[in-house]
Amino acid sequence: MRAALSTLKFLEAGSLSHAFKIMKTHPGIMPTAGCTDIYVSLNFGTLKVREFLNLWGLSELRKIQMKGDYLSIGSLATYTQIIHSDSVKKWIPMLIQASSSIGGMQIQNRGTLGGNIGNGSPAGDTLPVLAAAEAVVVLGSTEGIRRISFNMFYTGYRKNAMNPEELILSVEIPRIKSQQWYRKVGTRAAQAISKIVMAAVLSKDPEEQQDPRRIRIAFGSLAPTVIRAFRTETALAENGNITEAQKTLLSEIQPIDDIRSTALYRQTVAANLLAEWWGKVSPRSLIKS
Amino acid sequence: MELTVTLEINEKKHVLTLDSRTTLLDLLREELHLTGTKKGCDHGQCGTCTILLDGKRVNSCLILAASADQKSITTIEGLSSSNSLHPLQKAFISHDALQCGYCTPGQILSAAGFLNEPWERTTEGIKEGMSGNLCRCGAYPNILTAVQEVLENQKLLNPQKASHS
Ligand SMILES: Cc1cc2nc3c(=O)[nH]c(=O)nc-3n(C[C@H](O)[C@H](O)[C@H](O)COP(=O)(O)OP(=O)(O)OC[C@H]3O[C@@H](n4cnc5c(N)ncnc54)[C@H](O)[C@@H]3O)c2cc1C
Ligand code: FES
Ligand code: FES
Repeated sequence: MRAALSTLKFLEAGSLSHAFKIMKTHPGIMPTAGCTDIYVSLNFGTLKVREFLNLWGLSELRKIQMKGDYLSIGSLATYTQIIHSDSVKKWIPMLIQASSSIGGMQIQNRGTLGGNIGNGSPAGDTLPVLAAAEAVVVLGSTEGIRRISFNMFYTGYRKNAMNPEELILSVEIPRIKSQQWYRKVGTRAAQAISKIVMAAVLSKDPEEQQDPRRIRIAFGSLAPTVIRAFRTETALAENGNITEAQKTLLSEIQPIDDIRSTALYRQTVAANLLAEWWGKVSPRSLIKS
Repeated sequence: MELTVTLEINEKKHVLTLDSRTTLLDLLREELHLTGTKKGCDHGQCGTCTILLDGKRVNSCLILAASADQKSITTIEGLSSSNSLHPLQKAFISHDALQCGYCTPGQILSAAGFLNEPWERTTEGIKEGMSGNLCRCGAYPNILTAVQEVLENQKLLNPQKASHS
């Protein structure tokens, strides 16, 4: 039994507006979704929070639906739901790849997209996908609803731009007229936290060839937060020289040594992943194939 | 803090007063003495504590009993409703899909969840679908054979259902 824990208090959100009210009136309360992150840290004794608000019953936050020209994925959508969603498969298949690589089925049945975002680990596997997709996070509180670009969401290691009383409601994914690519490098295929994750899109649309944003590259586990490799994107968009782009990449990432890997390993693999992806999708190889 | 939850465990209703921090795993083992569900890591990593919650497989060490109020739970003790073993239990025995047996209840419950999910019925599909359950003794090849056999028999019994998935 958990001797390390003192008394915990659990509140149940009956409705979304009820949840907003509780968030407002109980400072310091932590919302909980699938608890696959929260419970691990509770067990380790590293989580000091004593009051929790269970969102799991709010089925309106679990919907995956097309809304005009974007796909809306509710924060409580589980990985299992995402993997089996036809809309996700059509719109953003790289999110299915990322979701399939998370934990085993037991974790995929409980873990949620909102939880991955809320937890904000630099190794969170869906985060590079959301960064490359230029997703928008929809937040809500008693004050109303606001949207924030995913690429502005994290402000530091496990820090984000949310107000304490806000909840993540959904994520909006704009249309990506591009080839999507996702690659996770971990110790083993399943059940492994990643050493490096890369998600990238490259548009083949002739109308977008002048758009510098046609190439978008994001990495997990290379910095205190998920990052977009903006300078590398620009370098590739300008001349497509992969050797130059690899150098640029190494100058814009700051990997660290930790229990899962070393900085040198991460630098090397990041540069290799970039080259692997570019080899597959670069205009030259597109013409060849 | 004490609270009361109502759970249907192996088709039997339980109204329980418990400490709010109790996980489903500890509730099953320590309070209800359903010790078939094992604790390997208590961190969601090993899958030995797998149960079915409303028919879906989950790690019971990562779920608070308080958050499972009104839900139905199946453990290894309740997998077969009559006196005969569940086909997965039989297959695990006949294929010797275990050595020490510690991971086995979790493996079997996980496989039971797998049978209801839209996985590809291939060797790769089974391996991927069962990847949340670790076996320290390395009985994986026989576990795979046991699950394959149950899938094969399912196909024979219900060819339409099997071809759908
Ligand atoms: C064995 C195991 C393997 C794992 N493997 C991976 C992996 O391969 N890749 C990976 O990325 N992760 C992995 N994880 C971590 C975890 O499963 C994911 O991060 C998951 O997405 C968390 O979702 P959850 O619903 O369980 O979040 P919870 O644990 O419920 O919450 C996590 C955080 O998000 C906040 N939060 C949740 N929902 C909301 C909301 N709607 N609004 C505001 N804040 C919210 C919570 O307050 C908390 O801070 C693994 C975990 C385990 C135990
Ligand atoms: S005891 Fe629950 S996953 Fe290991
Ligand atoms: S049989 Fe011993 S751990 Fe699996």
